[in-house]
Amino acid sequence: MSALRQIAFYGKGGIGKSTTSQNTLAAMCHYFGKKILIVGCDPKADSTRLILHEKAQSTIMQLASEAGTVEDLELEDVCKPGADEFHPDNNEITEGYIMCTESGGPEPGVGCAGRGVITAINFLEEEGAYDDDLDFVSYDVLGDVVCGGFAMPIREGKAQEIYIVMSGEMMAMYAANNISKGILKYANTGGVRLAGLICNARMTDKEYDLAKNLAEQIGTQMIHFVPRSNHVQRAELRRMTVVEFAPNSDQAMEYRELARKIIANDLKVIPIPLEMDDLENLLMEFGLEEEVEEDAIGKKAEDA
Amino acid sequence: MSETLEALQKEAIEEVLKIYPDKAKKNRSKHLGVDTPEGVKGACDKTRSNKQTVPGVMSQRGCAYAGSKGVVWGPIKDMIHISHGPVGCGQYSRAGRRNYYIGTTGVDIFVTMNFTTDFSEKDIVFGGDKKLKKALQEIDTLFPLNNGISIQSECPIGLIGDDIQAVAKVHKKESDKPTVAVSCEGFRGVSQSLGHHIANDMIRDEVMPDASYRKDFVSTDYDVAIIGDYNIGGDAWASRILLEEMGLRVIAQWSGDASYKEMAIAPKAKLNLLHCYRSMNYISRHMEQEFGIPWMEYNFFGPSKTTESLRKIAEFFGPEIQAKTEAMIAKYTAMTDAVIAKYKPKLEGKKVMLYVGGLRPRHVIGAYEDLGMEVIGTGYEFGHGDDYKRTKEDIARSTLIYDDVNEYELEQFVKKLKPDLVASGVKEKYVFQKMGLPFRQMHSWDYSGPYHGYDAFAIFAKDMDLAMNSPVWSHTKAPWEKEEIGA
Repeated sequence: MSALRQIAFYGKGGIGKSTTSQNTLAAMCHYFGKKILIVGCDPKADSTRLILHEKAQSTIMQLASEAGTVEDLELEDVCKPGADEFHPDNNEITEGYIMCTESGGPEPGVGCAGRGVITAINFLEEEGAYDDDLDFVSYDVLGDVVCGGFAMPIREGKAQEIYIVMSGEMMAMYAANNISKGILKYANTGGVRLAGLICNARMTDKEYDLAKNLAEQIGTQMIHFVPRSNHVQRAELRRMTVVEFAPNSDQAMEYRELARKIIANDLKVIPIPLEMDDLENLLMEFGLEEEVEEDAIGKKAEDA
Repeated sequence: MSETLEALQKEAIEEVLKIYPDKAKKNRSKHLGVDTPEGVKGACDKTRSNKQTVPGVMSQRGCAYAGSKGVVWGPIKDMIHISHGPVGCGQYSRAGRRNYYIGTTGVDIFVTMNFTTDFSEKDIVFGGDKKLKKALQEIDTLFPLNNGISIQSECPIGLIGDDIQAVAKVHKKESDKPTVAVSCEGFRGVSQSLGHHIANDMIRDEVMPDASYRKDFVSTDYDVAIIGDYNIGGDAWASRILLEEMGLRVIAQWSGDASYKEMAIAPKAKLNLLHCYRSMNYISRHMEQEFGIPWMEYNFFGPSKTTESLRKIAEFFGPEIQAKTEAMIAKYTAMTDAVIAKYKPKLEGKKVMLYVGGLRPRHVIGAYEDLGMEVIGTGYEFGHGDDYKRTKEDIARSTLIYDDVNEYELEQFVKKLKPDLVASGVKEKYVFQKMGLPFRQMHSWDYSGPYHGYDAFAIFAKDMDLAMNSPVWSHTKAPWEKEEIGA
């Protein structure tokens, strides 16, 4: 078997990171027989629900809190096998499997979610969760690289490939650019590289061109353009991935293609984040709007 | 003599700075200097202070938490001060600084006990507000005679942004007792000095507005409050008896042996007497602005300064008090003259170097000079510019001034200036004793004291004599290294 690859999904909150990552990982397992460990690094703990068919799994921090300390936990307590075809013992559809953990963390507004991620990842490493049978470890990280805790997955010895989930919207692109800055910071000390942008389409105008151009300017690729599909939501309501819900659907094929590209991907770069001005220029060039004149800044639509 | 001393002191600074890299040299050179009583714009006016310590050197400074919990709030005896965060900060600051008190520990008095929320990893991740709330409730159940709680924040609280103010507010309402949250996280500021300021601000915001004890308070014209005496080894008591003997009524002692009630009635004083300027000038200024109470600095170390201070205080209260004070001074001077007659012959001409915090780098100079000893170097751990300016009045000869001096510098200065006594903190104690030098620990009086007032001067003189004239010093050299046998 090949060496363990550690990948991570970053992106602006609400962009569909968890949905995209779970569908992609499901495709890697379903169609290509990969063995995967998911490490959810988001206090919301929604990075594994579609694989487990559960509302939300018990998180490492939650269980540690109940047990007293994280040292009181066993790996089996926090590492759950995926449901049905993603279970290690179920080889009907695929030899692959998906194991699931969630770091968990505090409710919004209290405590330190970043420290929760650090504690959880340290625990997994010490307990040997990253065993030799695995092909991939995938980190699903909340929003932006706001503090050291959320940079934990891209420090030395952790994820080497980062996939940024984004769309053609301005804020998603800002976030993508910011995450690139975080990667750049750690790229020189560790081995982390940007491996591509995944455009989770919102179907805004010229979205494809915009995403492709941004990827090129940062020095990477738009690895896949995932179109919008109602299948995703239909599957999600059943706590399933599209891959499992409708494996022959067009949308499943999109994820299959993305999975193939990730598995074969060898373009891993140190990103060149854009300056704010360049980013705005890019939006004006490809975006919805005609170029905005200096004197229009701050003016209401009705006044213009 | 003074010329050569000054030259030696300046040379010492040059030698010390020589080994530093350029940047550190430039920085440290501003913290070191020499000043004389006649000097114009000398080190007392120019010394740079209250700045970040050069990284990599051993500093004697504390942190903001130490300034609030250890100095200002900790000695308030009938309140419980809970160290909010991991257990270490509370445990290592346990029992305070020998702040003596009267009362029954664990029943109505809590100074030497350690209360902490004992944070662990899960409290950092999930936040500790609930744990704090529970701890406050437990405190009230287990120690119902407490007269309030102060929450002393440790570093992690500031990092994770717990809202301790909100917890305190709720608990205050539920328990109907003062509950004060002090955000004195250790990483704030450059030393404990900011902790004093933060602690003063919380007294201003939470204690001063509480008029419940002031309502029925019967004032006299001679009410004073002692501000900034932490009763180390009983210092405040030794000061109090003098003030009472001169006809004043001490209505509050801040914060050594203080109760919450004393803190709250202080605005009833006619005059605030400020001993430790550094740690409590903020609240003195506030009481002046808010309640119109004047404040006066005083110095009760050694008979000369004590007498000078008593006269200054008496002048404020008029002829009647002045007459009483003079009689008292005459009585005690006879006593202290006897002390001087006994010890001066053994101590005269001995050189002293000081390095302490708060008020002592200048305040204790007079006590040494009374014994004929010569202070040739002094410095503040965490003083500000106004401390150095005030030092000018106290120096008696060319004096080496060192701000936030590190272990290397102090050791070199001592080697160069060869004092007969080093008076500093516990970190320095064994360094100099192992060099064969007499040493007195001047943070908590080396388990002795009190040192404030006339009576205490006898203790001070005896301690210095014991330190310097102990026969042990004749045994610090191996027999074959001695020039003459026997000492």
